[in-house]
Amino acid sequence: MATEPVNEEVAGSCVDAGGSAIGMPQLCFDWFPNQIFWLVITLVVIFLVLSRVALPRIAAILAERKGTITNDLAAAEDLKAKAVEAEEAYNKALADARAEAQRIAAEARAEIQSGLDDAIAKADAEIAAKAAESEKAIAEIRAGALESIQLVAKDTAAELVTALGGEADAKAIDSAVDAQMKG
Amino acid sequence: MATETTAAEGSSLVFHPMDQFIVKPLFGDGAVGMFTITNVTLWLFLAIVAIVLLLIWPTSKRAIVPTRMQSVAELAYGFIYKMLEDICGKEGVKYFPYVMTLFMFIVCANFLGMIPMSFTTTSHFAVTIPLALAVFLTVTVLGFVKNGAGFLSLFWVSSAPLALRPILAIIELISYFVRPVSHSIRLAGNVMAGHAVIKVFAGFAAIAAISPVSVLAITAMYGLEVLVSFIQAYVFTILTCVYLKDALHPHH
Repeated sequence: MATEPVNEEVAGSCVDAGGSAIGMPQLCFDWFPNQIFWLVITLVVIFLVLSRVALPRIAAILAERKGTITNDLAAAEDLKAKAVEAEEAYNKALADARAEAQRIAAEARAEIQSGLDDAIAKADAEIAAKAAESEKAIAEIRAGALESIQLVAKDTAAELVTALGGEADAKAIDSAVDAQMKG
Repeated sequence: MATETTAAEGSSLVFHPMDQFIVKPLFGDGAVGMFTITNVTLWLFLAIVAIVLLLIWPTSKRAIVPTRMQSVAELAYGFIYKMLEDICGKEGVKYFPYVMTLFMFIVCANFLGMIPMSFTTTSHFAVTIPLALAVFLTVTVLGFVKNGAGFLSLFWVSSAPLALRPILAIIELISYFVRPVSHSIRLAGNVMAGHAVIKVFAGFAAIAAISPVSVLAITAMYGLEVLVSFIQAYVFTILTCVYLKDALHPHH
């Protein structure tokens, strides 16, 4: 305010002749209506731009991303469950196959065993039959031998008696030999 | 300031730290009327452009996997949304576009003001006072509409001893009406002071011996001002949220 402005209309009361500010331009009330007017317009425009376009759009993007992430997580969970299921199915198939193999092996073993048992029984029966036959033959042979021994003993006794100068009494010799054989 | 200026005239050392805040018509040399298109108009318009470039242009693809710029837009959104929700609760979310408008405008205007030779709209009380008054009036009207006379319980500190309550009520009342003043002057004052200080340092650069120091000082101040630009926008917004909370839940 020290110097008089050259052009009052151009400079106003806030700017000196040199074009420099007089005091604080912030306190120049001549400019207030202009600033406030444009500020209000700017704020209204920004508010409309934000509330009509920018904010709904960003909210939609964020919501969509959240949805996508949630979906992906759910899908991952699903796939994981499926993998676990598949593993279980695989394990079950493995166990089944093992059991089947065991069953087949057991069956084969049982079959072999029964065949073996049959064969053994047959062989046993044959052996038994053969043994019985042999025993019979042996008994026969033994009986035959006993008879022969008696005969021989009697003959020998008679001969001995004769050789010693005696008279062979057939009856006495028989009884004596029988007695000796029994004893 | 004017005397300083005239005293320095003639020598090489010229300080005009406040000249950067002068409002002038963009076209012609006429007086600044209410509807004149001035540098204020230009830089306010550039703030709108900046907001469009920040929030609308990068999000136009609506990518699920965001680009860098889209991330910035989403971060800005999330930052203010979370601040509002944390302070005001679920009911406050309704006023999100309003709070976001304030934040985006202030932060864009502050950073546009950091461009050399630019005009800083937020350094003017004519800009910050309407902003603060708008918040003050909104909060007051909202408080009475939402709570009726119950809004006055904001001034009646029921947790204090009965004898102290009238005194506290007076203090609370005064502090309530001081809110728009501090709210607006804090923002304009911080921005204006920083810019003026940078200009003063720039004036010293004319002396060759001091100019390296001056350049360093300008650089340091510039860094500080970048910080202040964001912090003041943040402070303005968070205070708006706190005042909104008072309107929504006046009971302490």
